[in-house]
Amino acid sequence: MRTLHVRHFASLIAVATLTLAAGCHKKAVGGGGGAPADSITPGGGAVLAWKTSDATDISIDGIGTVNAYGTQNVQPTDSTTYHLVARGPGGSTDATARLTVTAPAAPPQSTGETMDEQMFEQNVKPAFFDYDSYDVRPDAQTILAQDASFLAAHPTLKVVVGGYCDDRGSAEYNLALGENRANAAKQALVNGGIAPDRVRTVSYGKEKQFCSQANEQCWQLNRRAGFSLDR
Amino acid sequence: MRAFKGISLPHSRSICFILLLLSLEWQAGAQDWVRTGTNLGAARIRLAAADFNPSSADPQTPALKNTFDTTLYSDLNNAGIFDMVSKSMAPPLTPASPQQMNLAAWAAAPANASMVAFGSFAASGGRLAVYGWLFDAKNPESPQILGKQYNEAASQDNARLIAHRFADEIITRLGGGIPGIAETHIYYVAARGGNKEIWQMDYDGQGAHPVTHLGTISLSPRVSPNNDRVAFASLGKMGWSIRMFSLVLGRGVSFSSPVGTTLSPAWSSDGAKLAFSAARSGDPEIFTSDANGGNLKQVTTFKGPDVSPTWNPKTNAQIAWCSGRTGLPQIYLMDSDGTSVQRLTDGGYATSPSWSPNGQFLAFAWNRKYGPGAPGGQDIYIMDIASKRWTQLTHDEGRQDFPSWSPDGRHIVFQREKGGGSEIWTMLSDGTEQHRLTQSSGNSMPNWSWK
Repeated sequence: MRTLHVRHFASLIAVATLTLAAGCHKKAVGGGGGAPADSITPGGGAVLAWKTSDATDISIDGIGTVNAYGTQNVQPTDSTTYHLVARGPGGSTDATARLTVTAPAAPPQSTGETMDEQMFEQNVKPAFFDYDSYDVRPDAQTILAQDASFLAAHPTLKVVVGGYCDDRGSAEYNLALGENRANAAKQALVNGGIAPDRVRTVSYGKEKQFCSQANEQCWQLNRRAGFSLDR
Repeated sequence: MRAFKGISLPHSRSICFILLLLSLEWQAGAQDWVRTGTNLGAARIRLAAADFNPSSADPQTPALKNTFDTTLYSDLNNAGIFDMVSKSMAPPLTPASPQQMNLAAWAAAPANASMVAFGSFAASGGRLAVYGWLFDAKNPESPQILGKQYNEAASQDNARLIAHRFADEIITRLGGGIPGIAETHIYYVAARGGNKEIWQMDYDGQGAHPVTHLGTISLSPRVSPNNDRVAFASLGKMGWSIRMFSLVLGRGVSFSSPVGTTLSPAWSSDGAKLAFSAARSGDPEIFTSDANGGNLKQVTTFKGPDVSPTWNPKTNAQIAWCSGRTGLPQIYLMDSDGTSVQRLTDGGYATSPSWSPNGQFLAFAWNRKYGPGAPGGQDIYIMDIASKRWTQLTHDEGRQDFPSWSPDGRHIVFQREKGGGSEIWTMLSDGTEQHRLTQSSGNSMPNWSWK
């Protein structure tokens, strides 16, 4: 079983694992864990199992508050990432498990040479950051775990992680901060089982913007680690 | 003013009045430590610059002489140490030589000049011949302080160049021996057509032209102390690296930039070392190297952004830089081997330090009430490093960044973003006499040459 410590606190930490069992084989998936995603065919079901310790408040997105231990039958129609957050006296931690619903008529996944940009972008999504921070937020952790799963399923792909900042603040400092963001995202992929030599980082600081208005919505869109194919 | 915060004021009007006087005095003192430290503290000398005498009938003379007269007056006016006699107050005289000089006319009201610069200017046979003098109007017995002669090919550029040289002679002589800056240059980043290239201009904004033509984003130009190379950070296919451009050869020269995002180069004042930010292991840290990139040494080991180093140019034994190790970026100071780290700013968002030539001050950009959504400006400040006293130089004029000292310590060039555009401005290093050098928008990150 893999456990994930999202943030490091000095004292007692809540520990959580989230496990998926689909079909007759069972695999443990921690948040950003190393095992490949479990998959079902449409109409199939899987068992979500979790175990926490030292946690007082546990919830799973889409399911709600749950006990310290438990299982749940799930039968999603689309690929779903289950996200568990456990809070304890020493802080909080989270874990995710990804259940992939394979399309019935899906062609066999081909190698990187024929991966088109659109398909890549649909599956490898950017992670967003707080103001002046390169800490991976829980929502970004979820995204990055999905990104890692996709990359794990396509082992010939190499990616560039771009670190981006909103346009407030200083250009030189933002380039360094963008590098920290790109590297934090890379680290999450590596923790998710992706070989470091498949992931290259480039900081764009505030040199490249996705949105140009001066409001928080726009600034948030610009504070990201984004992915592209490394050709 | 902060010194009085800890005192509980007695409820007596007279005591309050005394405290008020004291605080006003302290404020006046704050201005003094800046002016003294930046060589601006001496009383300004009342100086007149006569229009030069056109001593040839060559048709090129009037236009070139006009450029010369304008440039000379502007250089002397920009110096920060003169109380210039305005052209409208000056006698309508253009003495061509000491024999034609009527000092009394310049010393009398309304000019009241203490010093007079004058001379002759001639274009002839494709050459410029200029004779310039500086006379002390208060010493009619032996008035001559300077006599200079210049001969160059006739061109607008050379008319400006001769004016700069003559101005620098005058400034050096009357400004306590500190060389003038009229012949210095400013390197900066110009955004043109989606790319950013390194550009160069004269210190007064004239003669702007591109240095690089790389077709990518290049940032953070830093000219070497002997003006032979410009180091800068450039975005290539494999990310950011430090590149080196030879101003002597007019092309890029090799620099072994470390693997990983490498940013913000800074020369030591002896030209032997560079400091920069490099993310060799994924986390940006300050490194130093030899001028060719060899002898790489990691200096900091803090998690988080470390960037924008600047050497103490007096000793090259200390480096100030910008670090996000505790959250919002702050200015820090350390010995150049990474020991004796101390934090200099006490909050807000502080970036882009530049060390003054005399080693006494740091100029930097600071937004003291910075926070998500918070109003307030990012302004240029200077800090006296020994006492950590600081003063704010810009106020309520948009967002400023990237201050860089002139070699005489009397001026600071900086980037001002206002109304959607970004331009290069200069000011005296007490914050006065701000004026804009660029006009085209998209100009940033100025770096003043060392000489």
